[in-house]
Amino acid sequence: MYNIVKKEVLSPGVLLFDVAAPLIAKKCQPGQFVILRIDEDGERIPLTIADFDREAGTITLIFQEVGHTTRQLGALNKGDALLDLVGPLGKATHIDNFGTVICIGGGIGVAPVYPIARAYKQAGNKVISIIGARNADLLILEKEMAAVSDELIITTDDGSKGRKGLVIHPLQEMIDAGMKIDTVMAIGPVIMMRSVADVTRPHNIHTIVSLNPIMVDGTGMCGGCRVSVGNKNKFACVDGPEFDAHQVDFNGLMARQRMYQEHEKMERCGGGSCKCNK
Amino acid sequence: MQQVKHKMPEQAADQRRRNFNEVALGYEAETAKAEAARCLQCKTAPCRQGCPVEIDIPKFIKNIKEGDFDAAIDEIKTKNNLPAVCGRVCPQEDQCEKYCIMGKKGEPVGIGRLERFAADYAMATGREDKVDVPAEVLGKVAVIGAGPAGLTTAGDLARLGYKVTVFEALHAPGGVLMYGIPEFRLPKAIVQREIAALRKLGVDIQVNAVIGKSYTIDELLNEEGYDAVFIGTGAGLPHFMDIPGENLNGVYSANEFLTRVNLMKAYKFPQTGTPVRVGRRVAVVGAGNVAMDSARTALRLGAEKVYIVYRRSEEEMPARHEELEHAKEEGVEFRLLTAPVQVLGDDKGWVKGIECIKMELGEPDESGRRKPVPVEGSNYVLDVETVVMAIGQGPNPLVQDTTPGLAVNKRGNIMADETGATSKDAVFAGGDIVTGAATVILAMGAGKKASAKIHEYVQNKKAAR
Repeated sequence: MYNIVKKEVLSPGVLLFDVAAPLIAKKCQPGQFVILRIDEDGERIPLTIADFDREAGTITLIFQEVGHTTRQLGALNKGDALLDLVGPLGKATHIDNFGTVICIGGGIGVAPVYPIARAYKQAGNKVISIIGARNADLLILEKEMAAVSDELIITTDDGSKGRKGLVIHPLQEMIDAGMKIDTVMAIGPVIMMRSVADVTRPHNIHTIVSLNPIMVDGTGMCGGCRVSVGNKNKFACVDGPEFDAHQVDFNGLMARQRMYQEHEKMERCGGGSCKCNK
Repeated sequence: MQQVKHKMPEQAADQRRRNFNEVALGYEAETAKAEAARCLQCKTAPCRQGCPVEIDIPKFIKNIKEGDFDAAIDEIKTKNNLPAVCGRVCPQEDQCEKYCIMGKKGEPVGIGRLERFAADYAMATGREDKVDVPAEVLGKVAVIGAGPAGLTTAGDLARLGYKVTVFEALHAPGGVLMYGIPEFRLPKAIVQREIAALRKLGVDIQVNAVIGKSYTIDELLNEEGYDAVFIGTGAGLPHFMDIPGENLNGVYSANEFLTRVNLMKAYKFPQTGTPVRVGRRVAVVGAGNVAMDSARTALRLGAEKVYIVYRRSEEEMPARHEELEHAKEEGVEFRLLTAPVQVLGDDKGWVKGIECIKMELGEPDESGRRKPVPVEGSNYVLDVETVVMAIGQGPNPLVQDTTPGLAVNKRGNIMADETGATSKDAVFAGGDIVTGAATVILAMGAGKKASAKIHEYVQNKKAAR
């Protein structure tokens, strides 16, 4: 069992948990993820590690309540425990002193970007971060991102905070202004990551995205997370989760994300007379 | 004397094809005694040469014949830590029973059925909980992977007096017994009972522990104080065919399909949290046991039509005869000498069919089987909504990639000799990770040999100090 030692509401429907997991906290690196299961009948869901405290032996998970399992997770409180937590999984981000790095986080994607941005900064890079959300209420980790960035740009779809518009707009301006950009790291909704790739591709700017496809075991066993990268099949759980954005088949990825859309609408019913499964 | 085996009671085909309850129901005590009486108790006991874990088969059968079921299970348990599993899923027809003298004129003795009977009897009476472990601790061994190879090694070493920790990446121990083999062939409660008996032997099983990530092999040996490590990580990396359309929604690897259903209990969705998607019509590509399991699972999930698509003929099918017969009885349709060319999708990215080409058998290939050759222009489309690729699995690289000095072959399998010794000191390996995908019992046999070698290795090392 893995105890939840802290719970915080970051924005409506977006929650932060610190979970006691000493072995994972000791080993994990930016870019890696965990798979958790809440109870005996629960599904296994992957979540990126948003932060870790090696001394306290805790990892930080940030998630949005979207489906049954994340809502069930959100209903847990400090003092409750997760049944299973396995990790760290996936490859760590390749951190080096590249020069100027743009870190882009969209919505809940800011959470996994944060430890990566911090690591880039520690490695001596100039870190410019762009974080965006639909509106000001949904913006997360603003202070944390500011602390690890040389410059922080905020965008919201409705203009309620920062610049009105999408995260790609400031990126496009930097490129148009002729700024030397060595690496772009973008994490967020697939459609956002695809847009970032489209913006940087013509300028041949090295761009990394972190994918979060449907996954079961997270160790390469099921092949459910396969994604076409450079026309080759890769398993996001072991070959990724980070890939060269210019090589990723985003359209295929988006189609696969819809695999269980209908199922996600069904609530777990615990048996009884419920007719949700026809 | 009766020339055929006593019939195994089974659920009727038209009933069982829609439920996940066990198909074969097991012998009653009287039937078991009668079947045991068919054993000639031959001095040469050729059956034993066919058993990878060297059970004294005539002896336990004699015990059953005499009604001493406790003695029968005690005898089996000296060699086999998972008898209820083996009695159900071993390919006995290719092992012990293949060599039975009774099989020369009629049918061999139902050795597997008798093993299952003894194991089930022991579970029903609590006899399997009887354990004897030496008080002295001979050493500390880490086992990677809680599948058949790892559990066998762990059980044998625990009986010898080792402190054994098994590291398992999934949340439940059992490996392929839990995620791969369906409930209707091997109930998960039975697997967990046998694993509970191992725990009573003192085996510590740590789930959610991915070696290569949580710890490396070197860390286990150098920092965590293990005297030796056994790697039994199996064949868990699914193969795909590299044909167009394989990433469409509705194409599963057999591993994913079976894991969702068996380990995650997707057949109870939405009572459980993991869904699985099965269309009205399903094509399973491949013809091994995993393919039969996938096809029969799809039927039980409600598919109206399930096809097995296989590029060779029935003669070359790798599945056990019994599984093949069960699949046929349940209504699985076989499209033999047929190979998939591409998976067809609709405009939203969902599977709507699989295009196949007919094959004919040509000259023998390197495997000795006649090579299938496509018949030009014979393409046709099977309308299906789900495709399950059951064409084999490769070795998972997580451990090998993080273990310097461990030699692997070009397919990525760990190189180990007959005893399980690898190129790296103190590291042993066995089962599918060494041989490529094989059977439960062969993996157990490898685990057995390795445990003997590990015992020898650790004691020699201690003596040299």
